[in-house]
Amino acid sequence: MKKVFSRTGDGWPIELTEAGLMKEIEAGTNDAAERGKIPHLSEDERRHLFDLLKSTCKINGVEKGSEVIMTYDGGTNKIGRMGISTGPIQVLQLYERCFGADTTELSHLDYSFKPVKPIVHEFTHVMEQAQFLMVVPVFYGAMPNLGLYTKPDGPMGNPAELIPNGQIKEGKEAYEGAIELAVEDMVYVGSALYEAGADGINFDSVGASGDADFKAALVATEKLRKKYPNICIEMGMAGEFILGMHSELTHNGVRLAGLYPHEQVKVAQQAGVNIFGSVINTTTTKSFPWNISRVITFTKACVDASDIPVHGNMGQGVGGLPVCDVPSIDHVSLASKAMVEITRLDGL
Amino acid sequence: MAIPHAMCSGMGGMRTSGDLVARMQMTRGMKTVEAKAFVAGKLGISTAELTDAVIMRELREDLSLGTIRSFGGFPKGIEVKHHIADLLGVDINSLNIFRNRAGVM
Repeated sequence: MKKVFSRTGDGWPIELTEAGLMKEIEAGTNDAAERGKIPHLSEDERRHLFDLLKSTCKINGVEKGSEVIMTYDGGTNKIGRMGISTGPIQVLQLYERCFGADTTELSHLDYSFKPVKPIVHEFTHVMEQAQFLMVVPVFYGAMPNLGLYTKPDGPMGNPAELIPNGQIKEGKEAYEGAIELAVEDMVYVGSALYEAGADGINFDSVGASGDADFKAALVATEKLRKKYPNICIEMGMAGEFILGMHSELTHNGVRLAGLYPHEQVKVAQQAGVNIFGSVINTTTTKSFPWNISRVITFTKACVDASDIPVHGNMGQGVGGLPVCDVPSIDHVSLASKAMVEITRLDGL
Repeated sequence: MAIPHAMCSGMGGMRTSGDLVARMQMTRGMKTVEAKAFVAGKLGISTAELTDAVIMRELREDLSLGTIRSFGGFPKGIEVKHHIADLLGVDINSLNIFRNRAGVM
């Protein structure tokens, strides 16, 4: 039987039989459908994915006319990570002039709102200068990162210590205090950058500290929306599932713990988010076909449930992309093509 | 990851019309299909032509929407955003701030 070149969730090359490939696709979509209580991929969609995943091309691309919008997280941090000495405005220009980016993002090296607050004046003038030079939209992005508000990094008690000690009430109160502090910082920094000319604010890796983290981003969104009715807010998630670290937090009557992307997006759009960044995690011990089939099933349900544009996160370790330092373009581009063509989402 | 995604699935930014379509998502909450149709209508081209780099290169110069290469004597940066705001009928935050500070509102 003909063998198909594929990869594992950590990027390692493997070979599958065609029957094995279809089995992986079916197992991936069934896993998502079962967990999210959402429809699995139809036979046509599974067949489309099967045909795509047999590709032997070095690079794959969507059909002309199917292209979508690109937004980025950690924008101005990425070039420096490769050891290339550049300033933030140079990086924004590289994205615009060399990478064909539809949008760009200014960000601080410590990609969280809390550390930016005391030095926000170092970014407002950079945003102002960048806006003189740039044509494509420039976001400002950072993470709520609620962990920075609990001991030893912040003033609140540490729920990770309190709750295992049986101090449930104290742990929940610590999360609630952290939400208030994070919201204050997110609104402060978001306001400063918007008033400096940012085209949008990107709340990234939302939910990294569970339901309290998501709650902070939702409240900050509402406050910024009320303060600046025309502001664009993008909310990119940290994972596929909102962990119930507090467990009883709600927003507009919806319990946040346990929400999957198709449910998260409804809460986000109600809070005033303009663009939602869904995240589905990659499982390294499973195959790429299993992962991308699962990702597409979750993302399609999210797109179907959403009234706002959905930009699927497809960076390291999410969106079906293998978890490895130097991902191979064959499967990055295959994931990109499959995601866009089958889910009909609005961007990546 | 930015480059492969932009090359295989992205609209192409200033090489084509990606920044214009992005602005309709950001300011009007349009999904991509609707945003593409809106921008194509404003430019007087088909949606398929929105990602044709050769056609868009000429159109961007004709409409002062900025070109990927930097040429002397043509609008750049904030000057280009003036023309984009007019063409699409959208508010651009940085342009409003510039006009307000320059006293040209």
